[in-house]
Amino acid sequence: MTSTTPLLATEDVTVSYSGKEALHATSLSFERGSVTALIGPSGCGKSTFLRSLNLMNREIPGCRIGGSILYHGKDVNTRGVDTYQLRKQIGMVFQQPNPFRKSIRENIAFAPKRHGLSGKANIDALVEESLRAAALWDEVKDKLDQSAYALSGGQQQRLCIARTLAMHPDVVLMDEPCSALDPIATYSIEETIRDMAKRGICVVIVTHNMEQAARVSDKTAFFLLGDMVEFGPTPELFSRPKDKRLDDYLTGRFG
Amino acid sequence: MASEESRDGGISDVTKRLRAEDHVATGVLTAIVVAILVALVAVIGYILVSGAGKAFDLHFLTSKPESFKAGGGIGPELFNSFYLLVLTLLISLPISLGAAIFLTQYAPEGPVTNIAKTAIETLSSLPSIVVGLFGMLIFVLGAGWGFSIISGALALTMFNIPILVRVIQQALEAVPRDQRDAALALGLTRWEATVHVLVPAAMPAIVTGVILSAGRVFGEAAALIYTAGQSAPALDFTNLNLASPSCPWNIFRPAETLAVHIWKINSEGVVPDLAAVSAGTAAVLMICILLFNVLARIAGRAIERRLTAE
Amino acid sequence: MNKELDEREEVAQAASSAHGGGRQPRVRSKHSIERGGLVFTGVCVGLVVILVVMLIFMVCSRGIATFVHDGISLGAFLSGTTWNPHTNGPDGQPLMGALPMICGSFAVTLLSCVISLPFALGASIFVVEVQPTFGQKVFRPMVELLTGIPSVVYGLVGLSIVVKWTSGWAGGTGYGIFSGSIVLALMILPTVTSLATDAIAAVPDSYRDGSYGLGCTRWQTILHVVLPSAMPGIVTAVIMGMTRAFGEALAVQMVIGNAAKMPTGLFTPASTLTSVLTMGMGNEAMGTVFNDVLWSLAMVLLLMSLVFILIVHLIGRKGAAKNG
Repeated sequence: MTSTTPLLATEDVTVSYSGKEALHATSLSFERGSVTALIGPSGCGKSTFLRSLNLMNREIPGCRIGGSILYHGKDVNTRGVDTYQLRKQIGMVFQQPNPFRKSIRENIAFAPKRHGLSGKANIDALVEESLRAAALWDEVKDKLDQSAYALSGGQQQRLCIARTLAMHPDVVLMDEPCSALDPIATYSIEETIRDMAKRGICVVIVTHNMEQAARVSDKTAFFLLGDMVEFGPTPELFSRPKDKRLDDYLTGRFG
Repeated sequence: MASEESRDGGISDVTKRLRAEDHVATGVLTAIVVAILVALVAVIGYILVSGAGKAFDLHFLTSKPESFKAGGGIGPELFNSFYLLVLTLLISLPISLGAAIFLTQYAPEGPVTNIAKTAIETLSSLPSIVVGLFGMLIFVLGAGWGFSIISGALALTMFNIPILVRVIQQALEAVPRDQRDAALALGLTRWEATVHVLVPAAMPAIVTGVILSAGRVFGEAAALIYTAGQSAPALDFTNLNLASPSCPWNIFRPAETLAVHIWKINSEGVVPDLAAVSAGTAAVLMICILLFNVLARIAGRAIERRLTAE
Repeated sequence: MNKELDEREEVAQAASSAHGGGRQPRVRSKHSIERGGLVFTGVCVGLVVILVVMLIFMVCSRGIATFVHDGISLGAFLSGTTWNPHTNGPDGQPLMGALPMICGSFAVTLLSCVISLPFALGASIFVVEVQPTFGQKVFRPMVELLTGIPSVVYGLVGLSIVVKWTSGWAGGTGYGIFSGSIVLALMILPTVTSLATDAIAAVPDSYRDGSYGLGCTRWQTILHVVLPSAMPGIVTAVIMGMTRAFGEALAVQMVIGNAAKMPTGLFTPASTLTSVLTMGMGNEAMGTVFNDVLWSLAMVLLLMSLVFILIVHLIGRKGAAKNG
């Protein structure tokens, strides 16, 4: 684990569903403390790629992930990998806010407790720390024992981020986290994303919204029809696209 | 459609006929539905009205049955019905829960699941008398437990498992997929995701389904006549000797239930007040099942409210 | 399953080596939890499968004893019209003709389906096509309630109302195939209705819109568009009803009169496989010829139920092939 190894990298990762390849060989690397956006029209394989980084695709019957996924320089796309440990460290936030049907406190504390955290003081501290990190603490500190479903959509999504941060991950994968939210809630989530990066977390975010990619990300990867077409620093990629297909996409000729 | 009359603004004979046909059809359909509802109300009403006198008579509810003279009660039968129900649920619920979790979470497709699904479907379509006869072979004769509560409870378990598995399976499948994904993405196992996230979220539907199935178990007789037996020894609630036939909790004593009682006294036909006793027993049975129905809905809704609002 | 277990072993080693054991809390490791869950649920499923296989095997092996052990010919059993196992026929064999009961079972099953089908179909058309809100709010809970009424209660109602009524206008005792069929028709009505309702509700709305768009009336649409496309589901509903009617024991036994002779009419006492089983099984010691023959009846009942299930499966598969 020298400083030159990227935190997370893929080498020729492919994903196929029942033998049909949905994502062709993709090699990317993600650095500590950076935000990477995955963009492209729907069905281009960006979500599929994201969901293979924490091996969530393995839960889908008939889905196979090929190639290597190097996490701290070690290939985790092997049969013997401890997916439970891996997913603790590579967290995930989903498209629709999906808090558990439990209290706000339990939403945060449930998984850490299952992973061995005990003691009321420790748990309370973790709940506060995680909710603060997701900028939700002030809004919910007086109603921690209420159902998470009493919160608004944006608050629910921030609760889901807090729930992920409670595991102290070093990578957070986000699958269009704002697509179900209004602009104000979106803005607040984007703030949180920048915050997470500042604290050294590596964020990978799938988005269909190019303005969002431009606002939050340091690097961007463009996917089309199962291929990773272009990858580079966000400003460069948006202002001087090298690939014609990306240029067409940015100028709105399709998508 | 484009006949001369319709172009003149009048309605063609064909259209008139079609419209009349449509009205007649709707009328017939309405009559059918009314007939079914009347039949339902008539059956339930008949049972409740003809048995009401006995059903609310405390003596009838608590005293022991008589074989040859009038005035017998259904005390032991009432207790046996509930005791058998509780034991059956205690045995069938964990097995059904496990099977349903296996089918929905561990192996949603594949050969093992296909075999299991076929087996459960087969079990649900088998006549309950056949299940009872099998119970007699295995538990009454094979295990040597005789006509007993435990034999009856195990036969009822076989009868109840397919119902429960289906209920739990549907309840688990109705929980949005993203709940499970969220748990797995936090590094939890499928087992933890199921037990701590999916099952609690599915609890309203599971509770409703289990109570409704309890109604079916409560009224079942054919699976019991050759397993739990057709006799009800008098019970002594002060007797705590688990080996004694008069101890209510002894699971190796024979135990006639309400439903079996109705069948038995009618097929023997020797009790002088047969009509009154069977009407009273049927009314008690129906009241219990109606209560199960109401309870199922109330309980389901109450749990739902606790999960979402508060 | 073996492969999965191997995988879990490897996981154990990977977990301890990978990310520094220091942060590893002292809890049951994740893969042992997962393995425990898999074993527990697998045992539950295995138990159910074993019970079903055992049931079929044991009932059949006892049922076959009549022919293998007691030397009664299968032909005589299936085609004999005299059921009197305590008397020997001219050939020296006990009179074990099961045909009266087989006929009785099929007669009540078919007749009860014929009686209940128009009601079930009419009601399900009504609640899907005419009054959906009423169907959801009132009719469906009512039908569910009807499903919950115990069969002995149906038997009792049959005994105190249907039998008396039948005897009133048809003469005789009132016991017989007709009374049995009426009671069974009432019993299977909720099963057939709710399955038929599901089948009709599953017909896509676009089919109906197409028909209305051509100027067809509601009745024409139902008759020529909705019912034909719901047909496989309706047939399945009927067969599920038949399965239930064929296997019902006590309600039928209470009203059919229990005379084990070839049925000659709808209003004379008859018997079914289930009624003879219900009455006889308690009276005979295990291992006697009579007892063995009762098990053969049980086997016939079991095999018929399996045939019904098979038919439902075949229809389901055909439907899936057509849609997929």
